[in-house]
Amino acid sequence: MLSDYAFLGLLLIAAILFPLAAMFMAFLIRPKKPDPTKQSTYECGLETIGETWVRFRVQYYIYALVFVIFDIETVFLYPWAVAYNQLGLFALVEMFIFLGVLVGGLLYAWRKGVLEWF
Amino acid sequence: MPFLNDLFVNLSSWIHGFLAHFLPLWAADLVMMLFTIACLIAFAVTTIIFINWLERKVIGRIQDRYGPNRVGPLGILQCVADMIKMLTKEDITPAQADRLIFNLAPVMVVVPTFMVLAVIPFGRGMVAADLNVGFLYIMAVSSLTTIAILLAGWGSRNKYSLLGGVRVVAQMMSYEIPMVLSALGAIMLTGSLSMVSIVAGQSRVPFILLQPLGFLIYLTSAVAEVNRAPFDLPEAESEIIAGYHTEYSGIKYAMFLLAEYVNAFIVSAIAATLFLGGWQGPLLPSYIWFFLKAYAIYFVLMWLRGTLPRLRIDQLMGLAWRFLVPLALVNLLVMGLVITLTQRKGLFSLVLVSLVANGLIVAAVVIIYAFAIWRRRQVKVTT
Repeated sequence: MLSDYAFLGLLLIAAILFPLAAMFMAFLIRPKKPDPTKQSTYECGLETIGETWVRFRVQYYIYALVFVIFDIETVFLYPWAVAYNQLGLFALVEMFIFLGVLVGGLLYAWRKGVLEWF
Repeated sequence: MPFLNDLFVNLSSWIHGFLAHFLPLWAADLVMMLFTIACLIAFAVTTIIFINWLERKVIGRIQDRYGPNRVGPLGILQCVADMIKMLTKEDITPAQADRLIFNLAPVMVVVPTFMVLAVIPFGRGMVAADLNVGFLYIMAVSSLTTIAILLAGWGSRNKYSLLGGVRVVAQMMSYEIPMVLSALGAIMLTGSLSMVSIVAGQSRVPFILLQPLGFLIYLTSAVAEVNRAPFDLPEAESEIIAGYHTEYSGIKYAMFLLAEYVNAFIVSAIAATLFLGGWQGPLLPSYIWFFLKAYAIYFVLMWLRGTLPRLRIDQLMGLAWRFLVPLALVNLLVMGLVITLTQRKGLFSLVLVSLVANGLIVAAVVIIYAFAIWRRRQVKVTT
């Protein structure tokens, strides 16, 4: 098992080196003729107006909050699923209650209009 | 035939034995690890060459044209030509861009792709690292792609790139939840997160017969998770040019392309492993079965791309949160109930009860939707 993780560590290094090597190879052989027009921001021929890094809509943050709740829930569900066959009826009832609370939260968010995209 | 069955496993143990003759054991292990890594990366690169050609051919056929047919027999060398073109193409970095983030993104988007390949069982004994937390590892690592794509959108300093980037985050995190929930069924049935054990658990019956609904939920959210049509809003040409990779050219664009296609193959491979029994099958060698199944699912992905129009963003988010998440939760509970009810009753009753339960869920969904449509009509009539 430990050697598996050593393998993953080596793979991580190789996976970082591969794109770097490809980019370096391209750097050696590609032409380089920079030009202010070429390097301007691409907007189908128009000049870009105003600041790009603007604040974006609050909807994304609300979705992110709902996501965090459900993601943590799925992390709790993994050990439950692995041990399911050994736990029997108790696990089933407990998970009904746990998911019930979460479904209640989802329904509340739904009623509040969080899941509307407008 | 037994020789062909374990071809790659025998080859690897033979090389290891050969190295152990004149190297200490740890050095032989190390060389084998490096060799495996080289194999995985070579596999990823050949996969993108083959899959890109196959996809263009199949989409061409669906749209009643030939697809690439000039370079090499049947156009198979087209992707090689494309790769040479991308290597020699000038790299344009926008003057406005945040250079560090702009250059970091294409590196970061490739890393999770290679990392996930390590735990996929390609055949009997053909897994690079059999982690006992295999599936959890896949979900954890593959969600890093989201961050890389957001970096690409942010670092380009282009309004369309930024829009594409934030769309990717919203879409990928929404669809991650039904994806994980639908895969839990396979984990409950085997009692293990290891991909090898999940395949071994399907020796008698593939899990698609026990949870067809889970398979469909997984497939839908997997297509959305890898940003493919009809869920390709982050790179919708008609709305936001090319989304997060608008400003990328040359080899950096090739990195995004590689990650996208190999990720699409990886989700097909995971679907084949979790639901179709992985490498198990009669007569043919195990790795051939695995690739047959994975490419069958990949063909469905191509088919969807060739035939379905793109969704709207509100439809996309609605499909995830109002349909797939509740459905996956119900499916999970019903699956638990079925497993508990049919414990010690034999395989046949498990399959039968699962199919009936899945049918009941589908019937319930149809009734609820019919009721919702009927009520909406009533409201319209009264107001």
